[in-house]
Amino acid sequence: MPKITYIEHDGTSRTVDAEVGSTVMENAIRNGIPGIEAECGGACSCATCHVHVDEAWMEKVGKPAPMEEDMLDFAFDVRPNSRLSCQIKVTDELDGLIVTTPEQQG
Amino acid sequence: MSEIVKTDAVIIGAGPVGLFAVFELGLVDIKSHVIDILDKPGGQCAELYPEKPIYDIPGLPMVTGAQLVKNLQEQIKPFGPTFEYGARVETLEKIDGGFRLKTDIGGIIEAKVVVIAAGGGSFESKKPPLPGIEQYENKSVFYLVRSMEAFRGKNIVIAGGGDSALDWTLNLAPLAKKLTLLHRRDAFRAAPDSVNKMKALVAEKKIDFLLGQLHGLEGANGQLTKVIARRDDNSTFDIEADALLPFFGLTIKLGPVGTWGFTLDQERIVVDTEKFETSMPGVFAIGDINYYPGKLKLILSGFHEAALMSQAAHKIIYPDKRLVFQYTTTSSSLQKKLGV
Repeated sequence: MPKITYIEHDGTSRTVDAEVGSTVMENAIRNGIPGIEAECGGACSCATCHVHVDEAWMEKVGKPAPMEEDMLDFAFDVRPNSRLSCQIKVTDELDGLIVTTPEQQG
Repeated sequence: MSEIVKTDAVIIGAGPVGLFAVFELGLVDIKSHVIDILDKPGGQCAELYPEKPIYDIPGLPMVTGAQLVKNLQEQIKPFGPTFEYGARVETLEKIDGGFRLKTDIGGIIEAKVVVIAAGGGSFESKKPPLPGIEQYENKSVFYLVRSMEAFRGKNIVIAGGGDSALDWTLNLAPLAKKLTLLHRRDAFRAAPDSVNKMKALVAEKKIDFLLGQLHGLEGANGQLTKVIARRDDNSTFDIEADALLPFFGLTIKLGPVGTWGFTLDQERIVVDTEKFETSMPGVFAIGDINYYPGKLKLILSGFHEAALMSQAAHKIIYPDKRLVFQYTTTSSSLQKKLGV
């Protein structure tokens, strides 16, 4: 199973096993990762699952779709590597993915 | 708002579960008054996913959040509920024969029973994570505009790119000494018409539009003097400001409900599974806001909880009346109440 590493704002790091086809947000919630709230449950309509994708993974993860880019307007500390984790689907290619959660979601 | 609203049941939250509670309470002759912090019914269905399809409502293979809310409004019409929008219940107090509730805008409601159907809590404006922002809140940093006049002649910074940011940019531009719209990109999720009007104001040099994100605040004693913004390349710049209006959408917080003394479990109100009553007799909690072993946060569960809660509420409001269980398909008395 692909592994995903979540790094909190304070540097705390947690690595979890993620099922292919699930989202990076879902794996955070299932594993009780702090720093990801996902208020809307994955509908791309709240911007509380915002993550910064590790630079090395940006190309493989890809850019946000227009609707997601719009929703990022409601997030704080948006950077060129910002994504909403409910919109990143786990694939075998993403095994080892590293994301950082921002200081505050909502 | 000084007139006291008196009702059998007050329902806090006009989401799908709160709306269906009107129906179930109505069937057992209990009249409802519904309060919600949003300016419309529907709760999360209306605010977070009006267009998203829902697939797990029994009998409806697919329904959008907006359509479900519309259907529920239609379904509860016969019971003539009253609604109060844009108000948040701040306090709950036990009085003789029931409860007294007070809202943040001065409303007072007296009810024999209270039904909390507040979902995840109340929708609140997102607050930017800027160090020391608390000292400026409601003095020079505002998440909503109560009076436009308060902004006359001021250096105003509006941050965000949605409808609220654009609408207030257009409304406050004529009053402001100077208005600056700060947004992270030159694209907006607001209505295209508002965006065009805003761009026209920029072209006429009536307002400034700057690319950047909120980074810091400067000022003293609650009075802002500068907003510090960050560009994508991490360089920063200052904007002179007497007032900042950040518009980054809404978030859900448990809110005042959490301070009323209920037994809580991870920000949810603990109830029993017979009556869905809280640790305070006469106060019920249904839908996403409650917790009991095995709880599933489904609209479906909330509907079931509303039905059982209503039976218990009936015992409180009509202690001497025996409740005969009836079906809407066959009971002429229920059909009379439904007007069919």
